[in-house]
Amino acid sequence: MSAPVAALRSEWAKLTTVRSTAWTLFAAFAVTVAFGTLVSALSNARYDDLSRQDKLAFDPAGTSFTGGVLGQLAMIAFGVMVIGGEYSTGMIRSSLAAVPRRGVFYSSKLLVASGAALVVGMVTSFVTFFAGQAALGAHSTTIGAHNVLRATLGAGLYMTLMAVFSMGVATMLRSSMLSMGVLMPFFFLVTQILVSVPGAKKVAHYLPDQAGEAMARVVRNPDVPYGPGGGLVIMLLWVAAAVLGGYLVLRGRDA
Amino acid sequence: MIELAGVTKRYGEKVVVDNLTFTVRAGCVTGFLGPNGAGKSTTMRMMLGLDRPTSGRVLIGGRPYARLQEPLRHVGALLDAKAMHGGRSAFQNLRCLALSNGIPLTRVGEVLAEVGLAPVAKKRPKGFSLGMGQRLGIAAALLGDPEIVMLDEPVNGLDPEGIHWVRTLMKRLAGEGRTVFVSSHLMSEMALTADHLIVIGRGRLLADTGMQEFIDRNSRSSVRVRTPEPEKFRDVLSAAGITATESASGAFDVTGAPSERLGELALEHRVPLHELSPRHASLEEAFIALTGESAEYRSGPPAASTAPNGVPAAPQTTRTES
Repeated sequence: MSAPVAALRSEWAKLTTVRSTAWTLFAAFAVTVAFGTLVSALSNARYDDLSRQDKLAFDPAGTSFTGGVLGQLAMIAFGVMVIGGEYSTGMIRSSLAAVPRRGVFYSSKLLVASGAALVVGMVTSFVTFFAGQAALGAHSTTIGAHNVLRATLGAGLYMTLMAVFSMGVATMLRSSMLSMGVLMPFFFLVTQILVSVPGAKKVAHYLPDQAGEAMARVVRNPDVPYGPGGGLVIMLLWVAAAVLGGYLVLRGRDA
Repeated sequence: MIELAGVTKRYGEKVVVDNLTFTVRAGCVTGFLGPNGAGKSTTMRMMLGLDRPTSGRVLIGGRPYARLQEPLRHVGALLDAKAMHGGRSAFQNLRCLALSNGIPLTRVGEVLAEVGLAPVAKKRPKGFSLGMGQRLGIAAALLGDPEIVMLDEPVNGLDPEGIHWVRTLMKRLAGEGRTVFVSSHLMSEMALTADHLIVIGRGRLLADTGMQEFIDRNSRSSVRVRTPEPEKFRDVLSAAGITATESASGAFDVTGAPSERLGELALEHRVPLHELSPRHASLEEAFIALTGESAEYRSGPPAASTAPNGVPAAPQTTRTES
């Protein structure tokens, strides 16, 4: 068996034998669906209160994906713990002694964990879409409507990419605690605040979660200077930077 | 076989390992000794490619570690007992390692049984005692049935039965023709297991010799003699040109002559002896004699006895620079 295949099998075994994998991924699913459905139900109940303009711009698919704002935090936790678990336990030394080619080790780990995140992200986004539409009742859309399937895939992809981004950051910081401490407040508070500050807004649009939000929209947000395609590109650039940064740290530093 | 050639490791200004060159041979237990902070663990991490030497190189069977195909089948190492994921069962921890190197999964059960952890295979190491963690680490080292076994402080945290077991294990592995490289700061432990010694202090090689040679060269043996007629015996010794130090009343520590000769001298001059016992310097004493100068952290003299005003001062650690 070739070394990369063996490394992949080992990483898959690692992923499936710790409890944190199951509960972070389940939390990502459950929180996104529950919160998305709740917001959809509330939107349905208060639809008549919306202004005429807001009614025209109403995005039923995007509304059902609102839960992603919270669900992404669990995805971040998943990405951080996949990497951080190696460092916090000292397992990293055993792992690198077993797979001394660090590029092979890193890519196997990222590939396996991203795969798991992709499956969960997609299941989550489709479930939350259908649950949200059910809750929206008369104001819902269908998966076959213009751009809706793309937005649903975008929402699932966004959750996956947040997990991968977190893996890169955690590899750079080499600590679960530190990575959580940086990523959680950042995506839960900082970017949310920045987008509502007029001066910071222009910059904040290019932060990963704002780019991700554009990916999950059917109706383009007129305040944002790019569409879903642009959002995907921006998101991919963030992920590439984090993953590359992680690789450089892993390659260059003593374990 | 492990070969180090001019290996140096620097962290900023601080030189942790200083131009180490030595070879660890197969078929014997090589003890790796040094005081705390001498650079033993750093050296072992460099052997495994975990730390990169600032200069010099380490070869495992002629190749750098990173070039080994399925390295766990060549080198098994216990670096620290915590090198496992606490939330994954002992069995699964080893299974993950086995999978990465194409090691048959039957080995996992075998090594767990060998180290005595079979009953707790499904338990998570989070709840393990230090000794159990150490056994799990040794199991991981043996997993790939490697020809080189490297153990960093393997008896740490083990009970007497466990210590005896590790000792027997190391001797057996060496007897099978494997390279066994084991670090310790416990000299007495090394005296019982190692055939060959590599001693470092402050990152520098201090000795690379056989065990007996090391003791002979670095310490003196002495004979303790007790007699009710110390005056007479002192004259006998000085007449024979033998140096001795007189400790308590009537007790001598003689370094210049073997016990046979002292016994014969006493008989010849009719000096009664109450004790005639050869004392071999232990490895411990030899080690202290050798590394005393190079110990990075050395405890100072008991402060209470030196405080002039009779007030006991706090114990202090002096950092020595030479």
